[in-house]
Amino acid sequence: MSTSRVLRVGTVSLRWQPRVAAACVLLTAVALGAAVSVVGSGDFPVSATEVLGALTGQGDRATEFIVLTLRLPRALTGLLAGAALGLSGAIFQSITRNPLGSPDIIGFTTGSATGALLQILVVGGGTVAIAVSSVGGAVLTALAVYLVAYRGGVHGYRLVLVGVAAAAMLEAFNAYLVTRAELREAYEAAFWLTGSLNGRGWDHAWPLAVAVAVLVPAALAFGGRLRMGELGDDAAQALGVPVQRTRAALVVVGVALVAVATAAVGPVPFVALAAPQLARGLTGRPGTQLVPAALMGAALLVVSDLVTLHLPVALPVGVVTGVLGGVYLVWLLSTEGRRGRA
Amino acid sequence: MKRVSPPAKSAYLPQRLAGLGLLGGLLLLAVLASIVIGAKQIPLDQALSGVFSPDGSENALIVQELRLPRTLLGVTVGAALGLAGALMQALTRNPLAEPGLLGVNGGAAMAVVTVIGLFRVDDVLVYVWAAFLGAAGAALLVYLIGSRGRSGATPARLVLAGAGINAVFSSLTAGMMLLSPRSFNSFRFWQVGSLSGRDLGVFVQIGPFLLAGTVLALCLARPLNALALGEDTGRALGARPGRTRALGALAVVVLCGAATAAVGPIAFVGLAVPFVVRALVGPDQRWVLPYSLLLAPVLMLAADVAGRVVAAPGELETGIVTAFLGAPLLALMVRRGRVPQL
Repeated sequence: MSTSRVLRVGTVSLRWQPRVAAACVLLTAVALGAAVSVVGSGDFPVSATEVLGALTGQGDRATEFIVLTLRLPRALTGLLAGAALGLSGAIFQSITRNPLGSPDIIGFTTGSATGALLQILVVGGGTVAIAVSSVGGAVLTALAVYLVAYRGGVHGYRLVLVGVAAAAMLEAFNAYLVTRAELREAYEAAFWLTGSLNGRGWDHAWPLAVAVAVLVPAALAFGGRLRMGELGDDAAQALGVPVQRTRAALVVVGVALVAVATAAVGPVPFVALAAPQLARGLTGRPGTQLVPAALMGAALLVVSDLVTLHLPVALPVGVVTGVLGGVYLVWLLSTEGRRGRA
Repeated sequence: MKRVSPPAKSAYLPQRLAGLGLLGGLLLLAVLASIVIGAKQIPLDQALSGVFSPDGSENALIVQELRLPRTLLGVTVGAALGLAGALMQALTRNPLAEPGLLGVNGGAAMAVVTVIGLFRVDDVLVYVWAAFLGAAGAALLVYLIGSRGRSGATPARLVLAGAGINAVFSSLTAGMMLLSPRSFNSFRFWQVGSLSGRDLGVFVQIGPFLLAGTVLALCLARPLNALALGEDTGRALGARPGRTRALGALAVVVLCGAATAAVGPIAFVGLAVPFVVRALVGPDQRWVLPYSLLLAPVLMLAADVAGRVVAAPGELETGIVTAFLGAPLLALMVRRGRVPQL
């Protein structure tokens, strides 16, 4: 287990852990490196130096067009959506104190999928309409779950169980929609439901960037209280944390993060569930860590996207995140086991 | 260990036996309803003579060929899912655990998609065996990974290993499915889970497994109670946690694997029923297991009959209706504050 060090500059002091910092640097490097390779990959390959040149405004016009207009938004969308999913997974796993308490399982992702499916299969709207209704689906689901679980305050355990019930119903409803639709439309919906980064442009990247810029600081501001909340409601209350208000605020932030990420890339599976666990394995520290989880989510999604770009067949990124994340999680578990930890 | 809680036992015994009898009565009603109600209503007397002394009339034929196999399958599969869910939640001590978490559903789905995609088969019996083998293989993998290292198969590790393996398998399934619209078309109907279209052959092949799994599960009630006290206390009282968990996992795989093979993934029954049962009778597995065994088939048959009534003359798949019946029940229980911890 790594030790904490304290950095003091005058009256300001900051506690930091070398291993956590190293993990964060590593994850950032992996995520950015993969993002540069994503920008470089495609029918017209661009080398990493050319990509960096175009980004700093020193490339030729053709390269600049390919990099800045066509491929950069895809890489950015991947980075931001991955970070948002990882962060929201960490928030919900901490609130519910359950590794299964990720937004995938407690219904918010399913709700946004329902919104999008209704738009694709019933209304027949375009990309923007799909994104809007998927956000609507997530928010409505979260609201319903919160209200049903509310009884003079929301307990994490109640929230999860009501969420699971909502997820089951919505899942069944989604399956109903998919089995009753025309094959071609259902197939298109299945693609969306797997989560894909294909054809993401600036109109996806910009709203996502704005939302993440607002939500990430909000999440980090509550980070310390989140850890105290893990001690249990009574202990946290005794330490001066307004438990109910903090929880409500964090649920809002977490749901918003899932909603914007899903609107941009579809319900990519497993990132929100796995990223916090993987981050924990990498930093070797117990408890929730928001920043490593967010970085891990970004790295996982962009590396998966890089893999899809180099596969011989065209598959959406959601297929790869599950395989990569799952194999990594399993590997972490078995190496931990050998060292006799966990 | 003989007398875990003697006073409570004697005080509640008559009440709980009566409850068990009541559930048995409900099950009988559900069975009758499932034989009588459908696209063609069959009067009760003709239905009964159709079961016990078929006279070759049209109604008797319907009962013999369609309703009876379907009802038998519903009862046995429902019972298996309820038991498997109760076992799984006791083994992992996580109320969110459903039998599919051991990788059963992911493995089964993967095997079915492989059979559909590679061998172009469209035969329910082939699906059954493929799904069963896939489920067993995946569960074995989860168990081996979850039990590596000195600490053995601890609940937290089993949960995470299950989530990881499930993600890998379901992503691979999604990939194979998305590569071919033909596989997608067969698979989207299988994955909803339905009792319809299965003849007596399926029941005959799956029945022995379900019976063996049920006997094994019921024998585990006492050791599971000891396990609930925690690893160390349990061991001190003479329990053998490792063996109990291995046998429990075996029972889950046999029960849930066979059930999924027969009717497709109907996971929610296994999650909701044991939960509701624990709210009624408390954490004693000697009551939880038999209650789950009886309540789950009631839910299953009620869902199946409701699916035939709501969408008459067509029908809604059982898997869809179980979620819509079970989820509100679960949410209501949670809201009432009846959330028994494990």
